[in-house]
Amino acid sequence: MDKYQTFEYDVIVVGAGGAGLRAAIEASAGGAKTALVCKSLLGKAHTVMAEGGVAAALHNVDTRDDWKVHFRDTMKGGKFLNQWRMAQLHAQEAPDRVRELEEWGAVFDRTKDGRMLQRNFGGHTYPRLAHVGDRTGLEMIRTLQDKGVHAGIDVHMECTIRSILKDGERVAGCFGYQRESGRFVVFRAKSVVLATGGIGRCWEITSNSWEYTADGHAMAMWAGADLIDMEFVQFHPTGMVWPPSVKGTLITEGVRGEGGVLLNSEGERFMFDNVPEMFQGDYAETQEEATQWVQEVIAGKQATVRRPPELLTRDVVARAIRKEVRAGRGSPHGGVFLDIASRRSAEEIKKKLPSMYHQFKELADVDITTDPMEVGPTCHYMMGGIRVDPETQQSTMPGLFAAGESAGGMHGSNRLGGNSLSDLLVFGKRAGEHAAKYASETNSIGEINADEVQRVAGESLKPFDDSDGENPYTVHEELRTVMQNLVGIVRTDEDLRSALGEFEELRERAAKVKVDGNIQFNPGWHLALDLKNMLDISEAVTRAALERTESRGGHTREDHPGSDDEWGKVNNIVRQTDSGIGVFREPLSEMPDELRQLLNSE
Amino acid sequence: MAEEATVKIYRGDNESGEMVEYKIPLVPGMVVLDAVHTAQAMQAPDLAVRWNCKAGKCGSCSGEVNGKPKLMCMDRMDKYPDGEPITIRPMKSFRVLKDLACDVSWNYEVNKQIPAFKMQDTGGEEPKFSQEEADRVQEFRKCIECFLCQNVCHVLREHDKKEEFGGPRFFVRAAGLEMHPLDDENRLGLLKDELGLGYCNITKCCTEVCPESITITDNAIIPLKERVVDEFYDPVKKLLRIVFPK
Repeated sequence: MDKYQTFEYDVIVVGAGGAGLRAAIEASAGGAKTALVCKSLLGKAHTVMAEGGVAAALHNVDTRDDWKVHFRDTMKGGKFLNQWRMAQLHAQEAPDRVRELEEWGAVFDRTKDGRMLQRNFGGHTYPRLAHVGDRTGLEMIRTLQDKGVHAGIDVHMECTIRSILKDGERVAGCFGYQRESGRFVVFRAKSVVLATGGIGRCWEITSNSWEYTADGHAMAMWAGADLIDMEFVQFHPTGMVWPPSVKGTLITEGVRGEGGVLLNSEGERFMFDNVPEMFQGDYAETQEEATQWVQEVIAGKQATVRRPPELLTRDVVARAIRKEVRAGRGSPHGGVFLDIASRRSAEEIKKKLPSMYHQFKELADVDITTDPMEVGPTCHYMMGGIRVDPETQQSTMPGLFAAGESAGGMHGSNRLGGNSLSDLLVFGKRAGEHAAKYASETNSIGEINADEVQRVAGESLKPFDDSDGENPYTVHEELRTVMQNLVGIVRTDEDLRSALGEFEELRERAAKVKVDGNIQFNPGWHLALDLKNMLDISEAVTRAALERTESRGGHTREDHPGSDDEWGKVNNIVRQTDSGIGVFREPLSEMPDELRQLLNSE
Repeated sequence: MAEEATVKIYRGDNESGEMVEYKIPLVPGMVVLDAVHTAQAMQAPDLAVRWNCKAGKCGSCSGEVNGKPKLMCMDRMDKYPDGEPITIRPMKSFRVLKDLACDVSWNYEVNKQIPAFKMQDTGGEEPKFSQEEADRVQEFRKCIECFLCQNVCHVLREHDKKEEFGGPRFFVRAAGLEMHPLDDENRLGLLKDELGLGYCNITKCCTEVCPESITITDNAIIPLKERVVDEFYDPVKKLLRIVFPK
């Protein structure tokens, strides 16, 4: 295919969720000619589905909070594998980034004295999440979108980027197609920011939308950049389990933050029996203590007792739920019960959790103000991602930056709820700022390799030629089943190895799927192309998981149940090599003493 | 519950198309969007439909089901009578790109005309306002931009006044800014002239279809109309403008 449109910019941002929008706003403010490219319509990205809140130590509700406590909570939640400098910058800068949103028109819920209200969430020592009921993500994306449309940014909607184009070892731009017309497009740019989100569509049960097909992770790896922590996938403990239509749809952790409790079929609050050693002494030990904590918090007081164990980190809660279900103490549809009805008034529930109320009422025929919800784990978030420099968000490839979920390192082995929305803001801004700076310091734009463009374009059109291949939807469903069964919450050497075998076969089938119709707005074709990203990144996750012979955060090995101190000192780096996808160990960088002391202080 | 449903989905573009019938195996709790996805996965892989969250939060999957404007992800199949075909069409007020996907780009152009939020000078103090003040604008900020209100508004649907009229979505957006306790911008002239607020004759069609239950007409449009009247048609103000021209 010879004909493709070409655009030229200083900075191209791929992805228009919170991180991409924030990066584009900052790049444009830095004087760079900036474009934002996104797969959906503007304002529909996954950030819109974030519910509970954005974590920032504003200390509006509990004055004991500050960035140091936030830093410690984040590191503890990530089981100390986090890039400490990212966790530090994040904790320090999140309050300013949230206040900035307010200056741009965001309307967060208020305290009695008219400031931003903050709520409790798993793993956060103090009430820390600024929020808008249970639709915080919508508020954030709309605020950024409305700021962005007046920021002189070109927006290319419904355009999928398929590969990074290089000039030697540096970035020259990227290649993709317009979803509506099917036409190919080349973006020339001095720097490229990947803010493409996660990889959840590789699993069967997920809270993630069709967009989460590992695009950024895969493109960065193909271009030669490093990925980090790819074995750590977050299964959110509370997804819907019934009816089948909504299996995996997210239920906000805010339900537990507002006092909701988890019960098994025998009516027991099983989380009291599931407090890991690392958190012993940090959580309430009796029902009375947990209830007192909720009452104090609701009354707007500083809590004087310890928080309920339902607010343990997500990895811990997800594993506990799985254990109850496996022990035969699950709910009728294979989950456990989440009850807020007996804890808060109907009026309070509707005010604080309106979309949860609506979602259950409409889609599951359950009134959460009178009945418990049935919940179970759902693949939700990718901790691992493109390896970046903490200060600049530049990947290991010059001119290629990453931010948000597609970047790795910030959350270590497990992310705390609320730290994603703040991550988007803090590192979205940094990525945009440094991408613009890199562009301004770069004299000439990289040359586009026409042969490479020709090759990717040809490869993209190949599914139209395969008249005897199978339906891409079938291959995708099988991949999701393999990942769900063999690379899920709990893993074994045997399962992981058989997953690798399955990928071989699926890859052959994916290479010859057949597409009907023409290139215009053709979801079957789009999926056929996404299969390659998902297969390669599924393999990256599986290889990293196979390598790490211990259990930590979002990675649990049934054959290696404990944490291993030696593994606590290294990250797994994933890199494309001549002989395939390789995994390499790399020691954690040395943490300064003053930060180390923060981790030890309680 | 029946085991199978029949759906008729519009296949085609703005110039030509037809209703194509698909038989869909029913599963408990199924919504119309699931039926479309099932047709896509099993029989029509090139069937174009937009969606993202599948939980009523992103406003991508708007369409017309049995002639009624709906978010397909929140529309349960078991609400429709057994055995009768369900028709699924794209929104009528926008040009059809392909199948169920419409060209909604006009909405994004309207949005660009609305001046951004401008924070009042708080003299370096932390901005403060009450939850009651927040409630008023949070209602408008719930909007998920599904554009169903634009689709049913007769000024757009029957009269296609896209050149002169912003539509309910953008009156809601403007209301969210104008009624923000700390906003320092004035958009009343824009609302009166460029966005044609006067065309709305408060038939409340928009309010009826809003999946977020925003009281568009009563809480957003009518108060804005009142503000425009106060600003431009108040006789005392008019006299002052003549005596003290700017």
